[in-house]
Amino acid sequence: MSAWFEMLLRGVLVTLGGSAVLSLYRLVRGPSLPDRVVAMDLISLQFVGAIAAYAVLSDVPGLLNVAMVLAIISSLSTIAIARYLFTGDTEVGGEEEES
Amino acid sequence: MREYITAFFLVFGTLGMLLAGLGMVRLPDLFMRMQATAKAATIGLGGLLGGAMVAMWSRSVVALVLLTLIFTFAIIPVAAQLIARAAFRMGVPLWERTRENDLIRKKPSRTRPFID
Repeated sequence: MSAWFEMLLRGVLVTLGGSAVLSLYRLVRGPSLPDRVVAMDLISLQFVGAIAAYAVLSDVPGLLNVAMVLAIISSLSTIAIARYLFTGDTEVGGEEEES
Repeated sequence: MREYITAFFLVFGTLGMLLAGLGMVRLPDLFMRMQATAKAATIGLGGLLGGAMVAMWSRSVVALVLLTLIFTFAIIPVAAQLIARAAFRMGVPLWERTRENDLIRKKPSRTRPFID
């Protein structure tokens, strides 16, 4: 592995961490619950990408198993939370219940 | 040569992920932010996992990456659509300069319609 390639991989990891911080801003700040769900989904997808880049950096192909499981779990949990929000009684702004 | 192809894929995917993060901060509305995550995160994940596939070119790695990419590309738009439907029904407010809201005429929602 040449030197510029290793520096580029470290830059990729730093940039992914920065974009995860940008998503974390929305997770903390987001005014409603679906905002936080979308932000959490995006953070886990960015971590999947970071795990792939780190697998290239450390030359361990077994880390891609972790990436696959994390991607599947995050997407399916987003679908589960969407079902919960669709059938639940959560609402924004405290207006009256309608059928 | 393989390092150059890997670098191209990784930079492409990283720029996609950075674009998704910037969209999460800068866009004014839940539905627009969902646009940013569903597209840019799909492109970014495809670029990063494709870079890993090119860098470690063996049969098991290619199979694993292709499995992850197929599953992810199938699931992410479905999840975005389900979250958008639940949010619309919950009444998450739209951007105040939204002009078109056709779904409010057909679906019951608590969203403020912005139609005079």
